[in-house]
Amino acid sequence: MSRFRLLLLGLGVLLALSCAISLGFGAAQVPLERVLAILGQHLFGIVPEAAVSLGQDSIVWQLRAPRVLLGALVGAGLALVGTALQAVTRNPLADPHLLGVSSGAAFGAVVVVLYLGEFAGLLSLPLAAFAGALASMLLVLAIASRSGRLESDRLLLAGVAVSFVMMAASNLLLYLGNPHAASSVLFWMLGGLGLACWELLWLPALCLALALAVLLGLGRALNALMAGEQSAVSLGLEPRRVRLLVFVVASLLTGVLVSLSGAIGFVGLMLPHVARFLVGAEHRRVLPVAALLGALFLVWVDVAARTWLAPQDLPIGIVTAAIGGVFFVALLRRR
Amino acid sequence: MPRLRIRELAWSPDGQRPLLDGIDLEVGDGELLGLIGPNGSGKTSLLRCAYRFQRPSAGSVELDGEALWQCSPRWSAQRMAVVLQEFPQDFGLRVEEVAAMGRTPHKGLFDGDDAEDRRLVDEALARVGLGGLAQQPFARLSGGEKQRALLARALVQQPQLLILDEPTNHLDPRYQLELLRQIKALGLATLASFHDLNLAAAFCDRLCVLDQGRLVAAGTPAEVLSAELLQQVFGVQALVDTHPLAGYPRITWIV
Repeated sequence: MSRFRLLLLGLGVLLALSCAISLGFGAAQVPLERVLAILGQHLFGIVPEAAVSLGQDSIVWQLRAPRVLLGALVGAGLALVGTALQAVTRNPLADPHLLGVSSGAAFGAVVVVLYLGEFAGLLSLPLAAFAGALASMLLVLAIASRSGRLESDRLLLAGVAVSFVMMAASNLLLYLGNPHAASSVLFWMLGGLGLACWELLWLPALCLALALAVLLGLGRALNALMAGEQSAVSLGLEPRRVRLLVFVVASLLTGVLVSLSGAIGFVGLMLPHVARFLVGAEHRRVLPVAALLGALFLVWVDVAARTWLAPQDLPIGIVTAAIGGVFFVALLRRR
Repeated sequence: MPRLRIRELAWSPDGQRPLLDGIDLEVGDGELLGLIGPNGSGKTSLLRCAYRFQRPSAGSVELDGEALWQCSPRWSAQRMAVVLQEFPQDFGLRVEEVAAMGRTPHKGLFDGDDAEDRRLVDEALARVGLGGLAQQPFARLSGGEKQRALLARALVQQPQLLILDEPTNHLDPRYQLELLRQIKALGLATLASFHDLNLAAAFCDRLCVLDQGRLVAAGTPAEVLSAELLQQVFGVQALVDTHPLAGYPRITWIV
């Protein structure tokens, strides 16, 4: 087996173990053998030898398991999107939130919390966030693709511009609205996996699988785009089409993820670099590695977020941003 | 039939004042055609029209007798490879991976790399003398090695026509000569722009001279390179005689 396959397998096993172990951490600690007993019962129908309390069962299986899985999906998705965006924009600092998707989603969430209320039950916040994400993505694409062209510089600038306008709008609504609502929106804007539930997991899982398939199929094209616009054309590609496809995939996946977890920064910026450090920049290799690393990273960061201020739940975006900032300082000093 | 035929080509960036006008040229099999002209004369624009990056505003570009713009970019990339002054950004691609990009137009969406692909990459790298550096990061190569790695990528593309934009820029004399010898030895139909007129005279079978977007002379180096033409196009005085060892024209600038 090649070293690359071994690495993938190793990361996969590590991720599965991490998911299982992390279930024990949180405001109420659950010992590992209990966690395993609960998992065995739900996944394989093994009746545990010692009785497990109903409370522990519902904490581990109903609350934490979907949360850990959502964390893994969000981490994988953001890292994947970051890797692809850095290639098509040829900008090592590109990240999923740069396209204005996150601030659009935040605006949608603010409108729901302040004005609409729970119009669709549990789904209302994610739905509104997704609508906001989609709207701002279309706006960014429309602004950037004037006269039928789609250039990466224009796209990044359009993303930044739309982001600021959306953020201003959300902040204005929050400022005018009641202070109680503001704090509940704030938690969501800082990112958190608290909304996770079994019923909503299929959606990010499906989107992640589709995005991974599309991006892996575009692997060669992403390599070629990294070499420059003219080289890509000379290799038989149509850079604009590839770029448009990547942006649409990236925006949709980010929109779905952000609508469930809020804006979690730095994962999409940082993990692609770590993945490239491990396996180089060849996209058919770096994409799956980045996804696995992102999942692994976010699962453990969420453990930190659950335990540091327990029983308080620390917004996960604060932890990722802190780690990301330190990571970049370290990177700068090493060069 | 010529590999590449350009007829009555015109191109303008804004649809008004043409930067290229009335260009006619042909490149046949095994022929190295050099494109020379002062800065801003339109060499790079003409090459861009030839490799399908810029659509000409008038006239036609034909590759193997087919109108280039009627065919897909993939089709043309299967027949024509390009070496540019554009290096991949430092995302950490290895030399081997840069060369393997040349397989892009021959592969479908989910095709992996097979033994044939790896053989082509190894052969191309060996051919340009980079066999030993295949696993090195591309960014760590010297300028000459980078240019050779990009030539290897072009070879991996298995083209019938090669287009080169000032391939010897920024290279030391030794690497300039080495690279051009390698290109010449390929025996492919080749269209290349040159900055250094003596190199162009030494290696090209024919030369085309561009001045302000128009073709002002074409022919063998001996026919084209005259003191009058150099004065008229480049605005400098030069002494043109014959290279004492090889027989092609030699240009000595009078300063």
